Amino acid sequence: MHPAFSVIVFTTASGAGYGLLALTGLVFAAGGFASMHWGFGFCAIGLGTALVAGGLVSSTLHLGRPERALRALTQVRTSWLSREAALAALAFLPILGFFVGWVLMGRIDGPVRLAALAVALLSVATVHATAMIYRSLKPVHQWCNGHVVPVYHVLAAMTGALLLNALAHLWGAPSQALAAFALLSCVAGAFMKERYWRFVDEDAAASTPETATGLAGLGKVRLLDPPHTGSNYVMREMGFRVARKHALKLRRAALVLGFVLPALLLLAAVLLAPVPAAIAATLAPASALAGVLAERWLFFAEAKHSVSLYYGAEAA
Amino acid sequence: MTSYAKPSEGDRKLGLVIDLDTCVGCHACAVNCKEWNTSGHSAPLTDLEPWSRDASGVWFNRIHSFEAGEGAQGRTVHFPRSCLHCEEPACVEVCPTGASYKRVEDGIVLVNADTCIGCKLCSWACPYGAREFDEDEGVMKKCTLCVDRIYNENLPEEERVPACVSTCPAGARHFGDLGDPGSSVSRMVQERGGVELMPELGYKPVNRYLPPRPKSGGCGGGKAKALEPAIDTAALHPALRWLDRMLSR
Repeated sequence: MHPAFSVIVFTTASGAGYGLLALTGLVFAAGGFASMHWGFGFCAIGLGTALVAGGLVSSTLHLGRPERALRALTQVRTSWLSREAALAALAFLPILGFFVGWVLMGRIDGPVRLAALAVALLSVATVHATAMIYRSLKPVHQWCNGHVVPVYHVLAAMTGALLLNALAHLWGAPSQALAAFALLSCVAGAFMKERYWRFVDEDAAASTPETATGLAGLGKVRLLDPPHTGSNYVMREMGFRVARKHALKLRRAALVLGFVLPALLLLAAVLLAPVPAAIAATLAPASALAGVLAERWLFFAEAKHSVSLYYGAEAA
Repeated sequence: MTSYAKPSEGDRKLGLVIDLDTCVGCHACAVNCKEWNTSGHSAPLTDLEPWSRDASGVWFNRIHSFEAGEGAQGRTVHFPRSCLHCEEPACVEVCPTGASYKRVEDGIVLVNADTCIGCKLCSWACPYGAREFDEDEGVMKKCTLCVDRIYNENLPEEERVPACVSTCPAGARHFGDLGDPGSSVSRMVQERGGVELMPELGYKPVNRYLPPRPKSGGCGGGKAKALEPAIDTAALHPALRWLDRMLSR
């Protein structure tokens, strides 16, 4: 599948944004951050919202008719894309309540905690809807499997936790529990991505050139002549292939930048003096986001659509 | 609306039956499809850089040629590919705006170009590559089963079939109601063992493909018989016999 830059940036940024908002909301709802200055809340909610909103704007860039984007809110009964758009829109309401209550009015009581909890729930639900868009596409075997949704959730939680941990360090209030959660999510993320990549390498799709043409009765089927000598939309959008050696290099880059380096920086932040610790804690999410961008690019580039079987692919 | 009533027993399911035994791969159906539809329901079928080497445009019908089988049993099969108007079209379900829809009355899957936002998700959801994005108009386009021909009372009745069917010089394309077990297309599918494409994905395509007939022993498969001599030289006039000998050297 063609790795559209706008969609890769969108899923990475909004994943991190919702992860940050969800964790901030959960900790706040559980009574955490009570002694923190409102400025910390401003940064956490502000950064999370900026990432989410930036991602949404980026996602509309790949539309053919962006001026009609609001129509995407209408088909929540069947379409995961519509559900994602609706949940994302809905989430802005408690985000606003959380922001006004905590940052502007300085309140940490029941209604604001309720808003924080709603932020957390809707953030998780929106990430889930994003993942389900891919999970539900049967023609793409590398998307339509049980690995995809958990990976989206874990990577959102990981990038969000690393951002929140960095903010806590910058605010001079590092939390051992937060660092431990971030570290755990890095380990879980690396483990799950490795499992996903093994699945991509070993598990073949049910569709073959024989089922695609219905010619299994004649024997093995291979393309003799393509329908056209030039390219077309279907080949450009669905026929994208990444060279195996490039994919392996990018997997290593995603693994190191996305999981290994952030985990080492987290450990360094625990051991170092406050100022270098804050620097290490800030570098961790930067590295993780770069790694997740590479991971997301691969998620598209390594995905093979069944239509490629009509254009000479031997497996999808 | 993207939630649609799944067709039930007895519902009309208009579609195509394509005979892979007789298709000669001439691309006439694709050309006539382009010709009709570039001024039809989903017009225009935009071409980008049409006069350059990188010409690229929207077509609803593409003709692939495959080799199937090995050795003497192997053969070339020409394979027209277009929308199969699935009974359970994922392209319709994933559409976030309701621009993609499946008609209740005949099962035709269409796109409303006025409400499509060009998100391209439907083209990802279609395993058959039936949907092509119009970069110029920013909306998705697809086969309409010539909805603007088949009910068109301005056309003579025999022309009220999809453009691809009307133009096929080999008679390899057939149009009809696959929901009616007594229709000519349904009987054809029954007799010839018509197949659906990628049944494992469960979209229940309406269109059917008739597999090539088994090769007969006489030609290609078995030993070819020696040809009878065209003329009996022994019975010829001696002068002609001499001429035949000279010319046969």
